[in-house]
Amino acid sequence: MCSLALFPPPLPSGQTTLCESNNELLSGTTTEDRLKLESSPLSLFFPRESLKLHCRTESSSKAAFLDHSETLWMRSAAAWRDGGFTGLLDEITNSNTEVPKWLSVSSGCTLALLRWFSSFHGSLFPHLTMSSEDMLAEFSQVLNWSDCVVRAFAWHPHTDKFAVALLDDSIKIYNPKSATTPTLKHRLQRSVAAVQWKPLCATALAVACQNCLLVWHVDPCSLSTRPSSGCAQVLSHPGHSPITSIAWSPSGSLLVSASPMDTAMMVWDVASESGVPLQRVGGGGVTFLSWSPDGSHVLASTPSALFRVWETRMWTCERWPCVKGRCQSGCWSPDGSRLLFTVQGETVIYALTFTDTPAGVPTCTSKGSQAAAVVADLSETTFNTPDGDIIVGGEIQSLAWDPTGERLAVLLKGDPQAADRPAIIAVFKTRTNPIFELLPCGFVQGEPGTEPRLMQFHPNFQHGALLTVCWSSGRITHMPFYFLSAGVPHFGLSGSPSLPRPQERPADFAKQSLFTELMS
Amino acid sequence: ETRTTFNRGPQRSFECMWRDMGNAVASIAWAVLLLPPITAVFVIISRFSLLHPIQAVSECLSFLTSASAIFSFILLCGVIIMVGFLNLEYYTVIPTIACSKIALLGQLLHPRQFVNSLGHCIMGIIVAWCCAITVGGRYETIADPCAQGDGSPQMCLNEYHLILLLAGAFVGFSHSLLGVIYNMNYVSFHTVQQYKYLRFKGSLSLVLKCSATQALYSVRNYIVVYFFLGKWSLSVHPLDSIAGLLDLSLLYHLWISASFLLFTWHLTLLLFRVFVTEVYSFPVQSSFTEDAHQCLPTVLTDKQPMILKFLALLDLALLSQHSPSRRSEVFSLSQPGGHPHNWNAISKECLSLLADLTQRLIAYHDTVATNGRAKSLSTGSERKTSSESSGMFPRPTLLMKTPASVFARSIVGCPQSPLTAPFTPDLDSPFASPALRRLTAPMDQCSPWFGTVQSPHIMRRVPKLWSTSTGEKSQALFADSQAHIWALEGLSYLVQSSFSEDQFGVVQTALPSILSCMLGLQEAVDRHFKLPHASSKPVRSASSMGDSTHKTLRFALRATLKTSIYRITTTFGNHLNAVKMSAEHRKRLQQFLEYKE
Repeated sequence: MCSLALFPPPLPSGQTTLCESNNELLSGTTTEDRLKLESSPLSLFFPRESLKLHCRTESSSKAAFLDHSETLWMRSAAAWRDGGFTGLLDEITNSNTEVPKWLSVSSGCTLALLRWFSSFHGSLFPHLTMSSEDMLAEFSQVLNWSDCVVRAFAWHPHTDKFAVALLDDSIKIYNPKSATTPTLKHRLQRSVAAVQWKPLCATALAVACQNCLLVWHVDPCSLSTRPSSGCAQVLSHPGHSPITSIAWSPSGSLLVSASPMDTAMMVWDVASESGVPLQRVGGGGVTFLSWSPDGSHVLASTPSALFRVWETRMWTCERWPCVKGRCQSGCWSPDGSRLLFTVQGETVIYALTFTDTPAGVPTCTSKGSQAAAVVADLSETTFNTPDGDIIVGGEIQSLAWDPTGERLAVLLKGDPQAADRPAIIAVFKTRTNPIFELLPCGFVQGEPGTEPRLMQFHPNFQHGALLTVCWSSGRITHMPFYFLSAGVPHFGLSGSPSLPRPQERPADFAKQSLFTELMS
Repeated sequence: ETRTTFNRGPQRSFECMWRDMGNAVASIAWAVLLLPPITAVFVIISRFSLLHPIQAVSECLSFLTSASAIFSFILLCGVIIMVGFLNLEYYTVIPTIACSKIALLGQLLHPRQFVNSLGHCIMGIIVAWCCAITVGGRYETIADPCAQGDGSPQMCLNEYHLILLLAGAFVGFSHSLLGVIYNMNYVSFHTVQQYKYLRFKGSLSLVLKCSATQALYSVRNYIVVYFFLGKWSLSVHPLDSIAGLLDLSLLYHLWISASFLLFTWHLTLLLFRVFVTEVYSFPVQSSFTEDAHQCLPTVLTDKQPMILKFLALLDLALLSQHSPSRRSEVFSLSQPGGHPHNWNAISKECLSLLADLTQRLIAYHDTVATNGRAKSLSTGSERKTSSESSGMFPRPTLLMKTPASVFARSIVGCPQSPLTAPFTPDLDSPFASPALRRLTAPMDQCSPWFGTVQSPHIMRRVPKLWSTSTGEKSQALFADSQAHIWALEGLSYLVQSSFSEDQFGVVQTALPSILSCMLGLQEAVDRHFKLPHASSKPVRSASSMGDSTHKTLRFALRATLKTSIYRITTTFGNHLNAVKMSAEHRKRLQQFLEYKE
């Protein structure tokens, strides 16, 4: 079952995807497109050259200074502060002329023992030996994160504003209704891996940073373009860094954060700045989090071939071991009953179904399906285009499902080395009610030479779905998919009996169905 | 149609007490069950020697089966049971916040606290005696045979034994004092619900770390005290010298014993907290009138005991969020009659809680405004005015309803005890701290305490001891805000789900009052946070068993309030324009509808 073969072929070079209308994707040439882009206030362009980047990191400047004139005590204290216990041991071992011989020898032995042990630990979980930048790049939902101009993007869940995290560690907030564009900078805001607005709140923006979690409070009525760092709450927990993923509960009360270095997932009560670590052995860390829109479940994937689905009433979890690799990405259907996820090293999309327990009975786990079903196969497919053969398909970087549950966007990694295997976004038409169906829609392509890095659906677009794509060139574009929604999603009303709604089904809709539940 | 009025007499309080007791007894039973493994670990750690490992293990095994070990174990069990009952007697869900140093001193010197400290001292000695038996060797007996100058055998004092016993008393005493300072008797509820076992497991490592650290500090302080005061003429090996006290093995055993003592007590406390805050599901309505007093609407409206009211509010917040079937019971109409009694009772109680907080905040703000503003204008002429301001200082007029705390409950019996007398002569003076006044106020006036707000002048002139910090005043104002947070959550979730679930429109009728109540509170909270220090973050003390949740309750309340109003506005949207409300509230609501708050 190869799903991509049924897709319309990719656009010829020079054409870009503009929107979906009347059930087909419309495209235009680059010049037309650019005119349209420039007229739209929310389309942004961040040329790489315009950003002032950090020349070097803090640790690399250390070597430029000779600090050996300090006493041993001072140096040891500094080593303890910078490098912890191993740093201290390292310092003592290196300054063997000043300390007693037994001390330097014993600290050298302890250090060797520690390193041996950590290498042993690292062989179990190879990601622990990575630097934190590499780790962020490895586990981020963004394609080629370390090279991205736009590192993170977040629409506000209720209004038309969004936050953009840039390569220079600043965050900009754009609001079409406001003339000011606040820029957020903070001493601790480094290597931003994810940003997310707090639901049911106008001000709070959570930022996953290298060493901590920041929650900015940006007053929408304020005229200030540079909110002070006093507007940010700093949340940190020992051992819980770098943070690669965050997720707010849809009710806005809790925030969860994940770090590949920490086996515990932190659940934060942001207002009181207190966090509860939810520790589970196995997996070696937590890499990606996704809270279901109805608030009942949280997907937490680990660096190993294992992911967990937490239920959020009593915070117990189900373990889901994968066969091949770790869970790379996942997304929930609007009613929270279905989870789509992808596994590293595989080219398919899996689905898991969760049905709510009888209401009111606080049971520990939700009874769902016992195994995940394959709903789409995105293995490599060759398309013949006027510009030559193009191979589309392969591993999946991230998934995004629009809030009405009718469009599913899949970001395919492609191969950066090969010109005929571009990274591309494949969009499916989906239907979750009454049965789950998947149909091809088309590919989303940008200007020649640019690849999509990051995508997100607008949380409440009135006329269908709006996909925002951040491109490798530093451009952010918004692609509308105009359609009539079959039903309004019911957020936050978990388990409430949904009324049967008339289905407005286009005549040719079910023709080319890739997957329906009746098939499986 | 008639509503049965329920007899809320002794039967109710008995049942509540029984539930409380049941949980406490279960927690104590678990603490006792955990004692054997902990003791075994302690025996191994205290007796283990690197040089003779096998011999040490066999010694441990033979000791564990000996009669003295079993006797001391029974003693330890007794101590744990005692600690558990002290926890039950002293716990509170609303923290007692001392607004000044002198108020804290008043708490520390209170007779009830004195009894607590004495109890902990005695229990400390008992545990230390058990530790002495366990460690064995030179610590085992209180008297040693020693040769006098004339060669006749005589019994002398074994100072090693004594130092351990006194260490136990010292650690017990300091534990009891720290309990007051860090509000250890305060039981907070977690925002993240977890099963008891998982909560216990999650906190275990923290308890171990806390116990070891606190033991380290206690032993250090104890050594200093002992060095100056420990002069025993009868001792064989005088230990009050630097050399005598810097015995590493002695220090190690003191630390191990103190850690063991604190760990068992903290564990009992942890288990108690876990059990007493366990979610309890109250029935929303009952078909039998005799069970009606256990139903949620009735329990919610009751004032005492506080823990039951809190559990009912927590249950309300959870059911409104997670349970459609129980929500439908809330929205249902009575048979016969067709009145929404459940919803009326629940919404009325929640609204009265919120209105109470609003009143409290407005009253506090008014006092600050009338006192503070006039003074702050004259900052330059501080010297001149300061001399006469003390006598002329306006009398506090604010009557603040304090959250009834367990601590205050105890004062009924002994309003004027000799111990507090030195601190209570001048209750009407502006310097008297509110908390102190509360301590001495008789309970039958429904425990009002008069909030005084000191002007900056007074604060500077009088010793720091007397001064009231505004941050702590703010904490005290919001001390019981956990209840308000749940009330807000419960109401807002119920209103949200009423949009699709409320068949008879029972919520609609209350919507104007709910909105105006929330918006009024929002205004009061906004004004409060504009006061100096109200929005300053408290310092966190991570490594202590005390719970610092109460310090941030006002921030949690502010966030929950905003989220709750947004929950209603996002659900109803522009339909809210049809709701009747004052122009000022309408303006505020519009801010929320436009996502500008």
